[in-house]
Amino acid sequence: MADLIVLVLLGAVSVASALGLLLSRNAIYAALFLVLNFGVGAVIYLLLNAPFLAVVQVSVYAGAIMVLFLFVIMLLGAERLSPAEDPPGASFQRPLAIGLGAALLGLAAYVLFIRQPVAIAPATPIDSSPTAVGLALFGDYLFPFEVISVLLLVAMIGAVILTRDR
Amino acid sequence: MDTTAFVALLSSVLFTIGVLGVLLRRSALLIFMSVELMLNAANLAFVSFAHRWNQLDGQVIVFFVMAVAAAEVAVGLALIVTIFRTKRSTNVDELSALRG
Repeated sequence: MADLIVLVLLGAVSVASALGLLLSRNAIYAALFLVLNFGVGAVIYLLLNAPFLAVVQVSVYAGAIMVLFLFVIMLLGAERLSPAEDPPGASFQRPLAIGLGAALLGLAAYVLFIRQPVAIAPATPIDSSPTAVGLALFGDYLFPFEVISVLLLVAMIGAVILTRDR
Repeated sequence: MDTTAFVALLSSVLFTIGVLGVLLRRSALLIFMSVELMLNAANLAFVSFAHRWNQLDGQVIVFFVMAVAAAEVAVGLALIVTIFRTKRSTNVDELSALRG
């Protein structure tokens, strides 16, 4: 029960920061709202018995990825976002997008809550320490792990080639 | 409402806000951040279901999603920087030509 109260508070902060990202007029503020969202996500991971992912979330998402975003925003000087005027002939886009978003949310809620899930036999809680996650990564998931490392290398080379001066 | 149901609901709300960001914002950087928000919402659902089913596989998948997101951000931001050099803009409405 205490878990649920904490989760509701965290969820409120999470949704508020996501709305801040959606509505802010400044790219730096938007990126900082996203950092807040990722930080709240890390705390939720801790509550859900995933300490390894909580640390990775803070260091990779809130750390590395968002620093890259902030770096590019400041490098380009693209902080000020132009007011969101619709291009000519596209004034229908905003209500259409909001309607489609509401439909998506309704669909997700239907799948998650109206359709009853299968009954789950309560299993014994598992060990989800970093050691256990590491054993899974280098045991059952060794091949995907190696593929991911090649993917990261390809992405790094691609980023260098795309941005080099010609 | 138990914790799994609440986190699943939170995840779908965050995903919808991300979709709205992609549909409504005009800056390529903001669209990209909204995609990150959607990935994060999917990760939340993965972790909550891993917690519910007492299995580690959901957490391992989230680790892979984070690695793919890092690769995607590196390439995507490089593309945005390159486009900004030629067009002096990150507004996707002005990026309709298929040539440099």
